[in-house]
Formats: sequence, structure tokens, C-alpha cells
Amino acid sequence: MDTETMAAETRAKRPIRWHVGVFLAPAVLVYTAFMILPLFGTLQLSLFRNIEQSQVFVGFSNFRTLFGDPNWSVNFWNALRNNVWFFIIHMLVQNPIGILLAALLSSPKLRFTAFYRTAIFVPTILSFVIVGFAWKLILSPIWGVAPHLMDFVGLKSFFTPWLGKEQYALTALSLVSVWQFVGIPMMLIYAALLSIPDEVIEAAECDGVTGMAQFWKIKLPLILPSIGIISILTFVGNFNAFDLIYTAQGALAGPNYSTDILGTFLYRAFFGFQLQVGDPNMGAAIATIMFLIILAGVCVYLFLVQTRLRRYQF
Amino acid sequence: MKTKLLTALLLGTSILGTTGMALAEDVTLNIESWRGDDLTIWKDKLIPAFEAKNPGIKVVFAPSAPTEYDAALGAKLAAGSAGDLITCRPFDKSLELFKKGNLADISSLPGMDNFSPVAKAAWQTDDGKSSFCVPMASVIHGFIYNKDAFDKLGLKVPTTVEEFYAVLDKIKADGTYIPMAMGTKDLWEAATMGYQNIGPNYWKGEEGRAALIKGEQKLTDPQWVEPFKELAKWKPYLGDGFEAQTYPDSQNLFTLGRAAIYPAGSWEIGLFNTQAQFQMGAFPPPVQKAGDTCYISDHTDIGMGLNAASKHPEEAKKFLSWVASPDFATIYANALPGFFSLNSTPVKMEDPLAQEFVSWRGKCKSTIRSTYQILSRGTPNLENETWVESANVINGTDTPEAAAKKLQDGLDSWYKPAK
Repeated sequence: MDTETMAAETRAKRPIRWHVGVFLAPAVLVYTAFMILPLFGTLQLSLFRNIEQSQVFVGFSNFRTLFGDPNWSVNFWNALRNNVWFFIIHMLVQNPIGILLAALLSSPKLRFTAFYRTAIFVPTILSFVIVGFAWKLILSPIWGVAPHLMDFVGLKSFFTPWLGKEQYALTALSLVSVWQFVGIPMMLIYAALLSIPDEVIEAAECDGVTGMAQFWKIKLPLILPSIGIISILTFVGNFNAFDLIYTAQGALAGPNYSTDILGTFLYRAFFGFQLQVGDPNMGAAIATIMFLIILAGVCVYLFLVQTRLRRYQF
Repeated sequence: MKTKLLTALLLGTSILGTTGMALAEDVTLNIESWRGDDLTIWKDKLIPAFEAKNPGIKVVFAPSAPTEYDAALGAKLAAGSAGDLITCRPFDKSLELFKKGNLADISSLPGMDNFSPVAKAAWQTDDGKSSFCVPMASVIHGFIYNKDAFDKLGLKVPTTVEEFYAVLDKIKADGTYIPMAMGTKDLWEAATMGYQNIGPNYWKGEEGRAALIKGEQKLTDPQWVEPFKELAKWKPYLGDGFEAQTYPDSQNLFTLGRAAIYPAGSWEIGLFNTQAQFQMGAFPPPVQKAGDTCYISDHTDIGMGLNAASKHPEEAKKFLSWVASPDFATIYANALPGFFSLNSTPVKMEDPLAQEFVSWRGKCKSTIRSTYQILSRGTPNLENETWVESANVINGTDTPEAAAKKLQDGLDSWYKPAK
């Protein structure tokens, strides 16, 4: 058979599969209308500037202002630094605790697992506003329960108004956020741990690998892909964060901008605050930079980390 | 969603408008406002009082939510469906509307001469030549104190800075009360109730404010740094953990009787009257030396202007003239104690606390907050920076000099005073 007839035959065997397009259409259309178009709209907005009531194309001038004008760049680098710290706390506290909780939950000896699982996961589904407000009250030096509880156990001298102190506020809020979201890594890791086949565990036991050694040598390598996913989710979530800081500290992210992250910085620039008039173009420039930071992080993960992760083949 | 709401609102107003027409050959004026809280006062007191005197004109008060007001008003003005009368925010937001031609020039409106230049400044062009809103109300800064606590401790109301600290020291030594209820968590308390409250005594009110705008004075000059130095001294008199104390916390500490002095704005009067179980009094910001002229922040907050596209400009002007009259001032100021009429004719008020506040106008010179006119147009925003730096000074993060320098540097970066 020559190649031409073969090609013709395949063509005949494979009619155009309209249904693929039809089934994809709703998602593609909705996603394009609500995510992709606005994204490009933002990118476009960041290249313009409002000069005498009309939008004028100014190239990368907004970005030059953002990085070159100390009035903007100082705030920007401060926000980025804070955001990195926010992310580091999540990576160092939230994810290890999540893994630890998942490991404990998957232990067959533990009773009331369903209760713990639910209790730890519940804060995740709460609104930021509730979480921010509740913690503001808990930590309040005037009416809060935190000073009283610490007094109970003789630790009153360690209490300070954390949310009002420049050196603690951001860390305190990061930990509040960790408290809220620790359920997500826990659930994902828990699912990954449950999906490890029994044969692998049994084989390990036959070889004398039990207890902690079993966790470190057998289970942890097998859940690494899940940990990768969690890291990238944390990264994206943290660099998009805004709500908690806004509800707990307000748009000026006090004290002295010590809790200002990219989200609150963007908010003030885009929408303005009090007497500050919003500047959508500079806001869009900040949003673009945030997008690029997240894009870079995701690319690093996809191309450098994920390709090297080996999966257990069944 | 928003457009739907808007259409519903527009439909609503048009239906209301037409029914008004159908009942009688009356002219209906619509008022745009963000003060939904005042709806009953307008409906039950102000509008009937006006309609009784002006047959043939019907007035409808149609407020929208404060956070949506500016956007909704902008959309309605653009679509030509905004009400005839527009409630004005102070300074740049209204000035922008005037520049776009949405607000009419009402400099020659009968009744405008009832107001002092300071009162009109919030709704004038930068050169002060045209006015576009009738000033309605202002808020005055000062200190509200717990009279019962003062009596118990045998304290006298302080008039000078020295006496002020003596009183604070005594309250602190006694230990029953927190000397002063203020926190730095929300930042604006420190700036608005702190810096802008005591500041006018140092920079001599309007004199300093005008000199700052002209560029003749700098925020690093002693008269502008001095208030920061005073704020820095407040720290030991604030409650435990004031760094995380929010504005509602401060209000509650005072109304629950746990704090003796509250750096206040007069807008608190209404709330405090209903919540506090003790006698309250007020005193103006203390002066440096006995016998010094006192200055108070009498900040213009709300005004009313004429939609340039109104179909009934004559009737609307009649209404605005009435808003500028002492009649309106009396009803408004009594219905909302703490929001003081800006009218030059003294208004008789029932509320003793409000009376105390407004009596300072007689003996002190009035000014407005130094950062509001012109100086907060650029980046970094002077008002926002003043919030942050005032809190920093009280927290001890920045020295008064460093704070003043930061503010002046920020201002210098974009503001070039006209020479």
C-alpha cells in the first residue's frame, strides 16, 4: 500500500470529531470571557496612562515608574519582601504540619479520625472576613481571649499586641493564614498516603522497614508529587493573597506598611484609598508584575520540578 | 448586577418623578446623597419644612450606599439621569465634578454670603473664585472627657498643654482609668484625632495651612513638627496594647467608662450620648501658654450642589438658598448633633455636648485638616502618609523629626507650589 492511500484510509476512519469542540466550548468560552480577556485587558491597561482625561499609550513607562520612582519602588519592594516572607512561613509551617497531620490521620491506630479530619478542615471553608475578624478579637489586648488564656498558664508576660507591632504583625497574620489553610495540604497528602498500595508497605515490612524509617524511606518519596502540587498551590495562593490582610489590618496594611503584600499594594494603587485617587494604569502594572511572578514560579515548577518527579508505576 | 441595580434605581426615580407630575403640576427635585442614615430626617423634618414654604416644589431624597455613591453618581451624571441636587464630598472629588461641568457655579447664589471663606474652601476652585456647593455641615475636633471621673479625681478641665499632662499624670497615678482612649492600629485615629486635632494650635490654623499650600512653610518647620512631638508624649497615657487597639475598641473603652479622656471628633456625640452611662464634657485642644489664641479643626465634611444638567435650575437654586439659610441649619444641626452647621448665624442646639463643641467657634479660630485641600492629590498621598507617620510617632517607630521629613520629602516629590 502506498502512503497516499494509507493517509486517505486514516482520514476516512477518523471523521472530524465535532463533539470534542462542542463539549469543550462551554468551558473555553466561559474561561475566555472571564479569565483570558480580562487578563489581556489588564496587560493592555498597564501600557497606557490617563493624561488629561484620555488614555494615552506610553509603552513601558508605568513599569519604569514602578521600579524607578522611589515613591513606588520602595513600596513595591517592601510588598514583595513581605510577600516572600508570607510564603516562606507557609512553606515552613503550613506544609510540614499538613504532612504531619496527614501522617497521623492515616495511622490505623488513631480513633476519631473522621472528627479530627473535619475539625481541621473546617476553617478552610470559612470566609476570610470571619477569620480575620475572629483572630483580631482573639488577639485583642483589650477584650481578647489570648491574654487571658496565656495568663492561665503563666505566660502572660509573653503576650504583646502582635497585630500592632511592626516586627510581629506579618508573622502573626501568616500564622493565622496557616491556621486557616492547613486543612488543604492535610487532605491532599492524606489522599496520597491512602493511595499507596498495600503491597509496597507489606514489602517494606518484610524487609524490616517499619515505623519512622518506613515513613521517611517509603511513604515520603511516594507522596513527593503531591507535596510538589501543594507547594505550587501555596505559591500561587500566597502571591495572590489580599483578603486576610485587608480585613485584619485595613488597606494601608499597618503598622508602617509592615503587612503590606502585593495584593494590598495593588488594591491601593488601583482603587485608591481615602483621599488617594485610584490609578488603574499603575494598578494594572502591579497586577502584571504579580502575574509574571506567579507565571515564573509555575514555570519553574512545571519544567524543572515536575519533569523530574518519578511516580510509582502500578 | 450593577447595571441592573442602576436601571432599577433609574426606573424607580423616573416612576416617582412621573407620579409626582401626575398628581399636580409640581416640579420634583431629586437629591443625590450617600447619607442613607439621614433619610428619616430629610423625609420627616427637612423636606416638609421646605415644601411648606415653597408650594409647587416637591423634593425627593434618594440616597445610595456610601461606598457606591461616587461610582453610581458618576454613571448617572454621564447618562444624564442624575438628580437635580447633588450632595458634595469635600475637596477634590467635587472639584473634579465641577471641572467636568457636572456641577453648576453657584458663587452668586443668595445665601452664600452666610458662610465664611473657610467654610466655602472645600467647594471652591483652587483660586477661590467660583463656589459650586453650599456647605452643609462640619465636624469639630477636641477632647471628650468623663465628667464623673474628673469629679471623682478632683480634676479641672485643662486649658494649656502643661495642665493637660498634669491631668493625664494624675489619672495615671490614680490607676482607676486609662488616661486616654486611643489606639494606633487603625492609623487614622492617630492622624485625625491626634495630629489634626492638636496641630492647628501650633501651625496657627489657616495661616499655617495656607502657607503650606503656598510653599512658604514646610512640614519640617518647628510648628509642624511640634504636634508630632506632643503625640510622641502621649504613648505612656494610652491603654495596654494600644498598638493593636482599633477605633471601635477606643470608642468602647471610653463609653464603658474605662478611659477618662477621648481624643474626639464631634461626630461621636450621637453615639456616645446613647451609649455612655456617665456625664460627659468636652474641651478644645489645649494651647501652649495660657492666653494664646486657640485654633480648632472645624472640618467641612458635607455640602450640596446643583446638577448643571438639571431641568429645573430655578427651583433647585431656591432649594439651595434654603439649605444656606439659618432655618435649615437649625433643623439639621439639632437632628444630627455633632454635625455642625457652617452658617455664620449661630444655631441654637439642644444637646449640651454639641453646644460645648460649637461654642469654641466663638473663642477659637477655625481651620480645616491641613492635608485635605490640594496637598493630597499626588503620589505618595499626604493624607495616607500622615496616618502612617502619626501612628509611627506614637508607637516610637519614627522620631517626630524623621516623620516630618518623610512627609515633606513625599510632598516635595510631586507638589510644586505656585509661586
